[in-house]
Amino acid sequence: MNIAVAVRLMPKAGDELEVAVSGTDIDRELVEMVISEFDDQALEEAVLLKEATGATVTAVGLRAEGIEQALRVAYARGADRVVVVDAGDIDPFDSRTAALAFAEALRELAPDLVLVGVQTPCDLFGQTAPYLAVALGWPQANVIVGVSVADGTARVTQEYAGGRLAVLGLPLPSVVGVQSASAPPRYVSMSRLRQAMTEASTETLAVSVAAPAGASTLVSLSRPEPQTGATMLDGDGEQVAERIIAILRERGALVH
Amino acid sequence: MGDVLVYVDPAINGRLLAFARPLADAAGGSLVALVASGEPSGVDGLEAADVVLEVSHPALSPYLPEAHQAVLAAAITARAPDLVLVENTTHGYDLAAAAAAAAGLPFVGFCIGLSLEGGTAQSISEVYGGQLQATVRTSLPAVFAMNSAALHEEPGGPGRGERVQLPSPPALEHPRTTFVEPLLPPDAGVDLTTADLIVCVGRGIGGAENIEIAAELASALGAELAASRPVVDAGWLPKVRQIGKSGASVRPKLYLGLGVSGAPEHVEGMQGAELIVAVNTDPGAAIFNVAHYGAVADLFDVADELTELLG
Repeated sequence: MNIAVAVRLMPKAGDELEVAVSGTDIDRELVEMVISEFDDQALEEAVLLKEATGATVTAVGLRAEGIEQALRVAYARGADRVVVVDAGDIDPFDSRTAALAFAEALRELAPDLVLVGVQTPCDLFGQTAPYLAVALGWPQANVIVGVSVADGTARVTQEYAGGRLAVLGLPLPSVVGVQSASAPPRYVSMSRLRQAMTEASTETLAVSVAAPAGASTLVSLSRPEPQTGATMLDGDGEQVAERIIAILRERGALVH
Repeated sequence: MGDVLVYVDPAINGRLLAFARPLADAAGGSLVALVASGEPSGVDGLEAADVVLEVSHPALSPYLPEAHQAVLAAAITARAPDLVLVENTTHGYDLAAAAAAAAGLPFVGFCIGLSLEGGTAQSISEVYGGQLQATVRTSLPAVFAMNSAALHEEPGGPGRGERVQLPSPPALEHPRTTFVEPLLPPDAGVDLTTADLIVCVGRGIGGAENIEIAAELASALGAELAASRPVVDAGWLPKVRQIGKSGASVRPKLYLGLGVSGAPEHVEGMQGAELIVAVNTDPGAAIFNVAHYGAVADLFDVADELTELLG
């Protein structure tokens, strides 16, 4: 069985985001782009499936600054192949055209199962899993928290509001949007990462896509206005703690 | 102007219809609720709709993404609405972008606000976990996915309440996807929904080794310990302690957030708390947008001091 994992990039968690001078992008000089957190979960689920079934895992990313590094991390974590898809320049918010580029690459790679994170934090124009499913004509399920494969069928656990769960069967080939892997993503040592840097041989695949007609236009990015206007508590840890205790007493929220 | 078509997720009430009512009025069209169910149904909360489009077929219950997507696509073809609205539940993640792609319509996700001007929609979406907002202009017709946290149950006036039965699309006769079984989440004896006081840790807690610091504070407060999704996904606390879209929705007297960034999916599950106090080192953290009190401080300093003061 061949499993493909779509790898997208996002700013590293905790990096402060500034709007670029253009007003329609973040200032990318200020952030480090890393594998998006749900794709990280999808990659882990793919590697768990590889360990369970002997499948081959191919990590696929679109050409962008930082993608080769992210794909080498995927290799260090257990991917067997890494492929950079060159579809020309795609706007970082244009998740729809990006999904079409992934779909073109996946037609070439012909995997049995595609795993991709449920979303990235900049999927403004749509999530990848449903777009891939429509483009490829394959069944899909999104918001998945566990995958197993037997007899040509992927059994996926889908999560609903309030933590309700159900198991669905998807015939292969199919597309699965992963919210969380069956186990937390594994730790990779620095020495393994360094080894992967020299071992991983990146393949390149050129595809041609056109942005769909009638698409939306991103007018501007901005910081949100505070909704409630939080009262900010100043001071060091002790002063803040004293203020919080005083507020809790005032509001009758302390049991002691 | 045309209709506003709302896909009704049967697990939730009519809050998306209430949101859509003024849009339909502004567009001069009908507010159309699409209900896909296993049998002709008694789905409640549809009073705001002018037209209830019903599709009933055994393949629609229990829920299969493929079957519901076929129904939504068929309804878009049949009614040719100007606006299609889907809530960002699991159903929304499955269906909204897929329906847009299948119908060749533009799609905008993570929406928290939407207005119409002529044949154009102007919408605001939360991106980067709520750190930034995107203003987007879209030519109609188009599909929008609304974030649940932006929807409020403010009943609008009743609609005309016409009922129309749509034929089920052929794809429902032989769906490729199968329903295997429902699963019950493990009952670990924790019920966050009944907790009066909650201490919630986010990614800022840094690692499993630091959970004890928050657990001690929770114990000193008489509070339940909870977490945002990244903490649970990393395996630092069990799923049963997760608050947010994919965890519990809570309305405690106190929610004390430590190192929680305030992503929209988390805010959806805790914004009903009576008192929200948030501690985060990032002054731009989105949690401060919904908090009543906030402190830009090291959570460990604050937690240690709080535990000591309460001890």
